[in-house]
Amino acid sequence: MSAAPVADWPRDIHAALAAAEIRQVAYVPDAGHARLITLCAGDGAMHMVPLTSEQEGVGLAAGAWLGGQRSVLLMQSSGVGNCINALTLIETCRLPLLMLITMRGEFGEFNPWQVPMGRATPQALQLADVLVQRASRAEEVGAVVAGAARLAFASYRAVAVLLSQQLIGAKSFQK
Amino acid sequence: MSRANTLDRRAVVRSLLARRGGLLLVTGLGAPAWDATAAGDSPLTFPLWGAMGSAAMIGLGLALAQPERAVLVLTGDGEMLMGLGSLATIGVQRPANLALAVLDNERYGETGMQETHTAHGVDLAAIAAGCGFAQSETIRDMAGIEALGARLDARQGPLFAQVKIAADTPPLALPPRDGALLKNRFRAALLGPQADLA
Repeated sequence: MSAAPVADWPRDIHAALAAAEIRQVAYVPDAGHARLITLCAGDGAMHMVPLTSEQEGVGLAAGAWLGGQRSVLLMQSSGVGNCINALTLIETCRLPLLMLITMRGEFGEFNPWQVPMGRATPQALQLADVLVQRASRAEEVGAVVAGAARLAFASYRAVAVLLSQQLIGAKSFQK
Repeated sequence: MSRANTLDRRAVVRSLLARRGGLLLVTGLGAPAWDATAAGDSPLTFPLWGAMGSAAMIGLGLALAQPERAVLVLTGDGEMLMGLGSLATIGVQRPANLALAVLDNERYGETGMQETHTAHGVDLAAIAAGCGFAQSETIRDMAGIEALGARLDARQGPLFAQVKIAADTPPLALPPRDGALLKNRFRAALLGPQADLA
C-alpha cells in the first residue's frame, strides 16, 4: 500500500511568490517558515530582509512598492500585534501588502503565552482593515497564497494568509 | 543637554534639498514634513502623516528597489527613536544609496515640546555607527550640512546624520495629506504612467 504523496507546501508557497514576482522577502523567523525562508534565500531573484520586529516589514513593503517592487512579509502570529499602527500606512495610502502568518496558540499548543495573541490574530488583522484568509491543508496552501498575492497586488490591499498550526505541526518542547 | 543647538531647521533642509535632482525623499511625520514642503514640494517626496517609526524602513524598501537612485530619509528624533530597530535592519542590508538625516531638536514638537531621550544624552549617531552604517556623524554647523548634501548622491552609504537643530517652531507648510495621492504621484514620477497598468 502506498501512501498518497504529501504536498510540499513550503515549495508551493515559494513557487507562488516567484510567480508573483516577489523581490523583497521580509521576515521575523518562525520555525513554521524555516523551509520557506531557506527556499527564498536560495532564489537569486529574491532579496532577504531579516527584521528586528514585524512592523518594520510594513514600512519596507510600502517603500518597496513606491520603488516598483513587490514584497512579502513573513511572521508568526505573535508578531501581528506589533504591526497594528504601521498598518494604517497601508490602508491610508492604498498600498498592497502580502503577509504570510504562521499560527501559534490554536492547535496542540504547549506554551500558554502563545494563546492570547494567537486567538486575537484574525480579529486584530480585520480591525486593521487586512483581508484575512486561511490555509489549513497542505494541498491547498499554494493556491491560497497565489490567490492572496494576486488579490493584494491587483487591488492595492493588505491580505494576510494564516497558515494553521495544524498544518505546521505543534512545536515540541521535548528533547 | 550638553551643548547649545543653534542650527535652523528650515535652513538645514533648504540646503540639503537645494540641488536634489533625482533624489527620492521620505519624511517622517510632523515638522520634518513641513520643512521639506517649505523647501519645495515635489512628487518625489513621500511625507508621512502617521505610522510613526516607519520612515527609515520605507526608505530602506525604496533604496533596495531603486539601487541606482539616491534615497534620503528626513525625520525627527522622536520618530527615529520609535524605530530604532530599523537602524539594525539597515545595518545588515547596508544599501549604499540610503541616507538618514535626523533633525534632532531633543523635543516632541507636535505634542507640546516635551523632551525626547536625546535630550538626556541618547546618541543616535553612535547607535547608527554601532549598527554598521558606513558613515555616521553628529552635525552642529552649516558647513557639516553642506558637506552632507554634497555626499547624498555619492552612494557610499548607508549614511546617518544626527543634526542638532534649535527647538523652535517655524510656520506650518503642509504637504498633501491624502496618502493614496502621495503614493500615486510618487510612483508616476519615478516609474512612469505605466506603473499601475501592470
